[in-house]
Amino acid sequence: MLKVENLDVYYGNIRALHEVSFEVKKGEIVTLIGANGAGKTTVLHAISGLVPVRSGKVDFLDQDLTTMAPHKIVQLGLAHVPEGRRIFANLTVKENLEMGAYTRKDTKAVKSDYEQVFTRFPRLKERLNQMAGTLSGGEQQMLAIGRTLMSRPKLVLMDEPSMGLAPLLVGEIFNIIKEINAAGTTILLVEQNAQMALSIADRAYVLETGRVVLQGDAKTLADSEEVRKAYLGG
Amino acid sequence: MDFLQQFCQQTLNGLSLGSIYALLALGYTMVYGIVKLINFAHGDILMVGAFVSYFVLKQWGITPVTLMLSFLPAMLFCLTMGVLIEKICYKPLRNQPRINALITAIGVSFLLENGARVLPFIGPNPRVYPTLPVVNYKFFGINISQVQILVFVVAIGLMLLLNYIINFTKIGKAMQAVSFDKGAAALMGINVDRIISFTFVLGSSLGAAAGILFASAYPQIEPYMGIMPGMKAFIAAVFGGIGSIPGAVLGGFILGVAETLTKGFLSSQLADAIAFGLLILILVVKPSGLLGKPMGEKV
Repeated sequence: MLKVENLDVYYGNIRALHEVSFEVKKGEIVTLIGANGAGKTTVLHAISGLVPVRSGKVDFLDQDLTTMAPHKIVQLGLAHVPEGRRIFANLTVKENLEMGAYTRKDTKAVKSDYEQVFTRFPRLKERLNQMAGTLSGGEQQMLAIGRTLMSRPKLVLMDEPSMGLAPLLVGEIFNIIKEINAAGTTILLVEQNAQMALSIADRAYVLETGRVVLQGDAKTLADSEEVRKAYLGG
Repeated sequence: MDFLQQFCQQTLNGLSLGSIYALLALGYTMVYGIVKLINFAHGDILMVGAFVSYFVLKQWGITPVTLMLSFLPAMLFCLTMGVLIEKICYKPLRNQPRINALITAIGVSFLLENGARVLPFIGPNPRVYPTLPVVNYKFFGINISQVQILVFVVAIGLMLLLNYIINFTKIGKAMQAVSFDKGAAALMGINVDRIISFTFVLGSSLGAAAGILFASAYPQIEPYMGIMPGMKAFIAAVFGGIGSIPGAVLGGFILGVAETLTKGFLSSQLADAIAFGLLILILVVKPSGLLGKPMGEKV
């Protein structure tokens, strides 16, 4: 579904990614793990068109994304839950969801999608007309995910969904990610919480200073000595 | 009683003038909210709007109907101009330091002013803007002219329309989203460039309307006529809290009333000094403006 080949990204003269290659197949949860600054977020930003790609290929459903504008990429069915949630604090919960459905013209289907988001996140329904900035961290993360689902994505990129959340909520968010995947949406998950990420992923890639250094089945990686030492605290 | 009457009269005059400032201030504040740029050329859009309607009214003759109709070509001309200015002058500088775009805006302002001066059919000399015969209505000893009524009706009408567009339409909400976080807005599938253009469309049309109202109230037009109202509207926008839409309206009205009250009770010469004094005062006491939110640096 998504195929990244030899992706190079530079920030000025600094090379952030070194020929990163990986693949996400339909229906999978794939996770990119790695330490702070390994380039995980940069990979997602490059896929979504938020940072320019120096060289390499990003293929999504047989279309090249490297020169496409971010808003066009969304229309292809690739959505992105950004790091730090980045909900629109100056809009209400409802308006945030509306923005998620911005590209859609099928009003009827959009209505039923609201209902689906509300069944998945009843808290959002309770707070529908509240300013999004007044939500708690967990609720904001739910809104960020719900907002993304409103575009009916085929593939969702999730950037650190567990960041800044209480452990109990982290579990809840990961359950939701599993549910979304079970409902037919492919997921590319970026996490510092490697243990959590590996526990729900099918496959994983390990990123170190802008390079893919390990890859494989999530279970195998979780058991491997190298990963344990480096990312799972022994 | 006499004092009270005069006070009410000046306040009314001030509100009328203030609604013109408010219309213009909206353009400053919206553009700032979206691209973080003080568009110094915005005051000159007022001048362009006034001239377009001047030529239209020359053609059609002045009647209440043609005056109202002349808003259309003036607004269309100015919104096209606003969009082109953004595309040609500001967009290429979007990822450069902010000061570059600011200096460019000042340059565009000079270009418009002096461009109008050298155009053979405009030229440097002031012209008399066509006006309707003055009719005054009296309520409780307070005069209100039909021009003031026109200014109120048009200004308030446009503000209500703007409020509707921004808060109740999809593109308006997208504007708010873009002003809050461009990157996140793009990830929603919002075409950020188009929203920026649309902001210039709104701001420049309001600027054109302000131009016609300003020319109707002070019927002498010339290429530099936009500078002072532009400055005052900019002050109004900062006063109310730059980036805040209700703030721009509030700031416009306050500035208009402050100006006419100073003219009426203190001295006409001091009126502008008071306006600029207000700016300094607000910047000292509340740097984010009356309705502005204090902005910490985003991490």
